[in-house]
Amino acid sequence: MKMMRLAITAAAVLLSFQASAQTTLRIGLAEDPDILDPTMARTYVGRIVFSSFCDKLFDIDEKLNIVPQLALSYATSDDGKELAIKLRPGVKFHDGEPFDAEAAKFSIERHINFPGSFRKPELATVDHVDVVDPLTIKLVLKQPFSPLIAQLTDRAGMMVSPKAAKEAGDKFGLKPVCAGPYKFVERVQQDRIVGERFADYWNKDNVFIDKVVFLPIVDATVRLANLKSGGLDLIERLLATDIKEVRGDSRLKLSTALELGYFGLTINVANDKNKGALSQSEKVRQALSLSIDREALTQVVFNGEFVPGNQWVSPEHPYYQKAYPVPKRDIAKAKALIKEAGITPPISVDMMVTKGAENEAVAQVMQSMAAEAGFDLKIRLIEFATSFKQAQAGEFQAFLIGWSGRIDPDGNTYVFMHTKAPQNDGGYSNPEADKALEDARLINDTAQRKAIYEKLTKISLNDLPIIYLYHRRLLIAHTTRLEGYRQMPDGLVRVIGLKLK
Amino acid sequence: MTDAVVGALPVLSDELESPARRALRRLFKRKGAVAGLAVIAAFIVIAAFAPFVSPYDPIATSWSLVRKAPSAQHWFGTDDLGRDILARVIYGARASLMAGAISVGIALAIGVPFGLLAGYRGGFIDALISRITDAMLACPFLILAIALAAFLGPSLGNAMIAIGISATPIFIRLTRGQVMSVKVEDYVEAARAMGNPPWRIALFHILPNILPALLVQATLSIAAAIIAEAALSFLGLGQQPPAPSWGSMLNSAQRFLTNAPWMAIWPGLAIFLVVLSFNLVGDGLRDALDPRERA
Amino acid sequence: MLNFLARRIVQLIPTLFFVSVLIFSLQQLLPGDPALVMAGEERDPAVIAQIRQQYRLDQPVPIQYVYWVKGVLSGDFGESLRNKVPVRELIAQKLPVTIQLASMAIVIAFLIGIPAGIVSAVKKGTALDYGANIFALWGISTPNFWLGIMLIFLFSIELGWLPASGYVPITENFRASLASTIMPAFVLGNAIAAILMRHTRSAMLQVLESDYVRTARAKGLFERSVILKHAMRNALTPVITLGALELGTLLSGAVLTEQIFSIPGFGKLIVDAVFNRDYAVVQGVVLTTATIYITLNLIADIAYVLVNPRLRG
Repeated sequence: MKMMRLAITAAAVLLSFQASAQTTLRIGLAEDPDILDPTMARTYVGRIVFSSFCDKLFDIDEKLNIVPQLALSYATSDDGKELAIKLRPGVKFHDGEPFDAEAAKFSIERHINFPGSFRKPELATVDHVDVVDPLTIKLVLKQPFSPLIAQLTDRAGMMVSPKAAKEAGDKFGLKPVCAGPYKFVERVQQDRIVGERFADYWNKDNVFIDKVVFLPIVDATVRLANLKSGGLDLIERLLATDIKEVRGDSRLKLSTALELGYFGLTINVANDKNKGALSQSEKVRQALSLSIDREALTQVVFNGEFVPGNQWVSPEHPYYQKAYPVPKRDIAKAKALIKEAGITPPISVDMMVTKGAENEAVAQVMQSMAAEAGFDLKIRLIEFATSFKQAQAGEFQAFLIGWSGRIDPDGNTYVFMHTKAPQNDGGYSNPEADKALEDARLINDTAQRKAIYEKLTKISLNDLPIIYLYHRRLLIAHTTRLEGYRQMPDGLVRVIGLKLK
Repeated sequence: MTDAVVGALPVLSDELESPARRALRRLFKRKGAVAGLAVIAAFIVIAAFAPFVSPYDPIATSWSLVRKAPSAQHWFGTDDLGRDILARVIYGARASLMAGAISVGIALAIGVPFGLLAGYRGGFIDALISRITDAMLACPFLILAIALAAFLGPSLGNAMIAIGISATPIFIRLTRGQVMSVKVEDYVEAARAMGNPPWRIALFHILPNILPALLVQATLSIAAAIIAEAALSFLGLGQQPPAPSWGSMLNSAQRFLTNAPWMAIWPGLAIFLVVLSFNLVGDGLRDALDPRERA
Repeated sequence: MLNFLARRIVQLIPTLFFVSVLIFSLQQLLPGDPALVMAGEERDPAVIAQIRQQYRLDQPVPIQYVYWVKGVLSGDFGESLRNKVPVRELIAQKLPVTIQLASMAIVIAFLIGIPAGIVSAVKKGTALDYGANIFALWGISTPNFWLGIMLIFLFSIELGWLPASGYVPITENFRASLASTIMPAFVLGNAIAAILMRHTRSAMLQVLESDYVRTARAKGLFERSVILKHAMRNALTPVITLGALELGTLLSGAVLTEQIFSIPGFGKLIVDAVFNRDYAVVQGVVLTTATIYITLNLIADIAYVLVNPRLRG
């Protein structure tokens, strides 16, 4: 009898070994990420890879609320200059090192002090980090800065193993060692990035897939083809025009979320050497905005899948000001405004557009629409690499460009609108706007901030340094064998809770 | 692009036919070349008379006619902005044919003089030119073209310059080779003995005799230049929107392969026909000008 | 002979020098600031300044060139601006990929081009001549990126026989490797096939009409053995050396083909690097390619001279 039972158990064990083959999640990326070091990374795709390898202090949920990840809670002091963070106990890094207050302090200070760190501007207000006890740290700020907590839900909040980081120095990105659900295994540039399940992950009960492989495939059509043929399990940045195909395929599923950012036309209001009409009067800019039929634009180019917008956050965002809805096209009013400004059409505009099939389509549609109001939008296609330089030098009259968006509304506004801010290419400067931007940073209460941003919205919709056009939908397509996937507005591919049949 | 031309000269014979006449006759005997010439001529005519031949304005957009399949009103269908594809193919012929001709024109204008110089002068100048030419040939052609086009800025004109410059080394090398084999011929010696200055010899004695080889290479290079323009436009470095060019049409068509394959088929077919024709003519010319063929 | 060899090797040096100057200056002429490109979306001025200093982008061009050459001569090609991987490592990773692709492409080219050339020459003037002609010319008459897209559409999307993209090294899994590279190799090989066809045809014609072949025919030898034994042996030698020299064409073709099929080879590396203004990578890759090309040229020249003593002059 005992032998029988032994035999049956043995057989069951053997069978279970057979049954549980390794599961691998293959994710198709739209480009090859840059360096996999949270301190030095700067690409959007890099963040997608990081969400599998490097956990952060905090994360967000669908409603953009702050939720715990490596940290459990936070508390801001009354004067706003101290941020105390309680850390999660029992967390280990991929190399076995423990995650504690010292490690957290090290990680944050690395983000601030490491030469070449791209996180420096995000953490600019942090003066230093104190260790209160082994599981509590305190960030001491130079001045109150409410967007800080949002920064800690992204790369600036990613924790790295001090031992590995000290050993590798600036080569850390070649073999990152963090505390995420997957451990870095290997990377072949422009080919693949491989991670395997981390056995000591703090949330390991919710990680069901053994391996994750990221495959950069630049061509969107080929990426989709791979998904359809079963070569990939999930792809990012599906083309809006391919949505119908995915919906029509019973083996595929579409996951969407409205982005945190926007797509718009930045106007050179102050640095235009040619003193074009757009830079002379806000009435002309308002006229241009009114000449665009945003509904038709998204319909033609994106099959209606994207959402028309007129503010730096989408109409579904908690900070959207409903008092100022998206305007409908009004050619008569546009023409009247131009006349009021004392300009005679046609108005020639040098519109800089970065290469990219969808960009070019949008530009051409706008060209066609704005022509009816008397604008002659001259499309100048430019390489992405050159665009920044020209933008900074003010060598444009209008720049068609999007912004991927940040969780905190400050991330969508300050750097673009504040006087002399790094991405304020148009040279916009309005002391009232500056004050609103600065005040919003000092306050923590959402309702109060929203009131301040309402003032800002009113000013910016009048001055129109940026004409907001639409908000993109994040389009992720995946096989129906993948269960439990939900898309968040920040575009990241979260792997917790995913199951592959 | 390679140089694949047989050397040697047509020897003056006592036939009644002039070499040019004979070459033309032989060319027309090759059916492939004749077909090619016919196709090229047809495209040139269509491109030249585009406003009269085209059913629609190539840049007229129409929001309600986006990506419609070929029909009676739109023989080739419409593209992603509602523009008629047949019209764009017709007008695109202008861009592509011009790109081919002008690029090769630039390559000839720079390449032949340098090749003459290198081949005739010899010595240090030859060594210098040859090493620089070797260096340019050692870099992959498309990379050179991409870098130049990126440097000059995206536009059809700049793409033509970029392709032209990238194609120049081939003509330098070809001309040089031809010059070197010709300059030892009797009639060149004679011209030199008669006191002709080098530039005169180069222009009136050498150049006419190496024209056949140059002509063949030029034809083949036009074919390659048209493809190069398509490649650059595909990468976004060529013809700028909304003006049409076959390469940029292929670029926009890429995203719609399954939705609207007609966007890719017609410009691809057009490129194929034109480039094939130039290749056939070039091959035919080579055969026709080959001195070793009898009859 | 030795003289000739020595002369040719000495010529290598100025050529390589000009190559290095050419690609270095081209890179510098490219508009756009690599520091700005690297800085990404945020563009913090302090970070940008630091990048410029670290990579010596703030120095005058000739000085940057000198630093670069010094590095190259000691085996250091610099590192990628984008992700800090040493360029030497990138090249070592990607060269085998492109070599595998190129080898397969050349084999395909031979398989298509040489028979087409032979048929075209032997059956000159007939329908078979034109047919073979067009069959091979088709390769250089289609833009390779279009052909690639069409093939993906047909074989991956519609039929599902082959993977749409990606690369499996031949050392890992032979069958998968073949499946992932057959389409791009075909696209590349097509173009070379045309060139090989031309050369085979003209070389065959030359030989077929030469005296000793006519003599052999006159002797009454079987047509086929005439072709096989006499014509082909002599015709194919220059053609084979030519095949090796088509590396330049292959690399140009690889640029877009690798992009479309997502093959992590040289072509893709260099296109991305040009668009990202990743100077060190472009320079390293082009220098490597140029060196290989020039070396192959040299070997081909030597082989040619060895086979044909009359050319030794």
